[in-house]
Amino acid sequence: MNEIILAAAIIGIMGIVFGIGLSYAAKVFHVKEDERIARVRVALPGANCGACGYPGCDGLAAAIVEGKASGNACPASGDEFTEKLADILGIKTEKTERKTARVLCNGTCALSRAKYQYYGIEDCSAAAQIFGGHKSCKYGCLGNGTCARVCPFDAIAIVEGVAVILQDKCRACGLCIDACPKKLIELIPVSKNYSVLCRSKDKGPATKKSCDVGCIGCTKCVKTCPVGAISMEGAPLAKIDPEKCTNCGECVKVCPTTAIRKVETFCN
Amino acid sequence: MNITEALKIFKGGVPVPHTKRTEECEVITMPVPKTLIFPMVQHLGAPCLPLIKKGDYVKVGQKIGDAESPMAVPVHSSVSGTVKDIRSILYAGGTDVMSVEIESDGLQVVHELVAPPVCTDKKEFLKAIRESGLVGLGGAGFPAAIKLSPPPDKPVDVLIINGAECEPFITSDYREMIDNPLRIIEGAEIIMNFTGIKNAFIGIESNKPKAIEKFCSLLAGNSAIRVVKLPSRYPQGGEKQLIYAITGRIVPAGKLPSEIGALVHNVSTTSFIAQYIKTGMPLIKKKVTVDGSAVREPKNLEVLIGTQLQDVFDFCGGFKEEPHKIIMGGPMMGVAQFSLTNTVVKQTNALLAFNKKDATMAAESVCIKCGKCVEACPMNLAPLFISGCVEKNQVSDTVQYGVNDCIECGCCSFVCPASRHLVQSIRYAKAELRKLAHKAKK
Repeated sequence: MNEIILAAAIIGIMGIVFGIGLSYAAKVFHVKEDERIARVRVALPGANCGACGYPGCDGLAAAIVEGKASGNACPASGDEFTEKLADILGIKTEKTERKTARVLCNGTCALSRAKYQYYGIEDCSAAAQIFGGHKSCKYGCLGNGTCARVCPFDAIAIVEGVAVILQDKCRACGLCIDACPKKLIELIPVSKNYSVLCRSKDKGPATKKSCDVGCIGCTKCVKTCPVGAISMEGAPLAKIDPEKCTNCGECVKVCPTTAIRKVETFCN
Repeated sequence: MNITEALKIFKGGVPVPHTKRTEECEVITMPVPKTLIFPMVQHLGAPCLPLIKKGDYVKVGQKIGDAESPMAVPVHSSVSGTVKDIRSILYAGGTDVMSVEIESDGLQVVHELVAPPVCTDKKEFLKAIRESGLVGLGGAGFPAAIKLSPPPDKPVDVLIINGAECEPFITSDYREMIDNPLRIIEGAEIIMNFTGIKNAFIGIESNKPKAIEKFCSLLAGNSAIRVVKLPSRYPQGGEKQLIYAITGRIVPAGKLPSEIGALVHNVSTTSFIAQYIKTGMPLIKKKVTVDGSAVREPKNLEVLIGTQLQDVFDFCGGFKEEPHKIIMGGPMMGVAQFSLTNTVVKQTNALLAFNKKDATMAAESVCIKCGKCVEACPMNLAPLFISGCVEKNQVSDTVQYGVNDCIECGCCSFVCPASRHLVQSIRYAKAELRKLAHKAKK
């Protein structure tokens, strides 16, 4: 019985001694951390996509609190985050409209012609190296899903051979823009519904030959747009300026190839 | 006997079925087609600029494209006729290239400037070779004049004439060896004369006994040029493998053969040099093997450069079955073509059309790390790791696996039990690395 009491007493005394030692050490070696960093970190999306240029969300949170990065440095966060940030840091931030990525190609397998059958690595950049890709239109989306694989938010789906952005998931981080070998993806304010879903700089007949829904540069939309938001980009290709566009939808009505469309893709 | 066995045998490689069905087919000259297209890049290097305008009348052997760049090789017209169009087209090499379309008048009027070149020294000889539009006819299309002028601090002492022709199906080089052996020897002597190389070897694979016999008897008393009988194993005709087999020397990684004092030329290239010095007719035609399971009459043809594939296949009786894959070059290294309007270029040595059964490939599955590709690689690389890096999007890591040393012979893809796209991933990695290097320069 004595042995048990002795052992318990020794362990108990050791516990008290170490406890005092540790609590003393904790006070002496205390590193003061700005608690705002943790709060900013929680407000960030947490996907660690790296689009801001910092090593993940932790890095950016520290940089924002230290004043090295601006409040809207995270391309994947919208107004909600800036409001929270203003709250945490006690600063004022400007409101910006949330943007979304948009794939400017609508040439699905059924609507565009194939140049050849591709049998190789499932990667758009690799496919694009072989005669410019397996679609007869050299500007079109190849649909091998390179953009979908880099998206940290699962916001890209490949539908019938063309990449489609799920706008409610997209946080406009821009990783897909760099990944696309055909440079088909653009950031557009999420409220602007109309886009020319074609990047073919070929002349009308050549575009028509390879795709049913390509922009043939007929300029009908340019003439129709009541606010002058549509222009030709030096090539037979229309381009809608999102700054000027008022979402009236007149251009869709006149487009003979349905290259201009109302885009509202959301995941269900 | 003026014949030796291979000194060394390279590691790896694969015993591919040779399928040289056109071996006994004599070379037939194809009639002049109606329309020909000449891409302005038919070599490794900077593109040429068209020297003619739409509507001009051009003659056989007339220079229609050239550029200042030392790596550029001029392009010549192979027919007489009118320039129909100059436009950018997607050519057999895979990129958009300015191309000249010429409608032939069938008269084949030879251009006035076509005359035997005057070569008294090496400088004039190299200039003449450049003007002839000659590129390495083995397939890569490296400018021949550049190859013939190695840096002065690297003395070259061995000339190797490559008659290995290790790719299946192709017999165009074999026919050249059987039909014009004297011309090949003459070409070798011309190169030796102008470059001062004292020793030459003609390397021929053992599956071409007739060619070996022919050269042995012709070179009986010749001590400068010797015949080397090589084992029939793919890729024996690879430059580095050939040098190793004949001289035992190893080309250091990332270096050219001149580094170890060797100069390699294909038999067709050598034969062309001899003919060009005699006649002055630039490179306007190519010996091409037409074969494959979808071709009605496999043949060896002499085709004018610029001829469209459709015309070539039509001359061979068309297709017996619907072709599912058309390859320019051999089945191991050739490039599949997407259109019959693509044209025969300087590098073309075979056109193969395969039916559905032969063209269908097994579905790709995961790598089981069996190591067959490592065993087969003649360059001592580990293709599985390179492919793995590419899959993980870590292209810059492929450098440590020696991706730039890959000769793209296709042995790894050939042996892979999982049918993985190993060569494609290596080509992709190389191209991406070039892009990264280009960006870093900026």
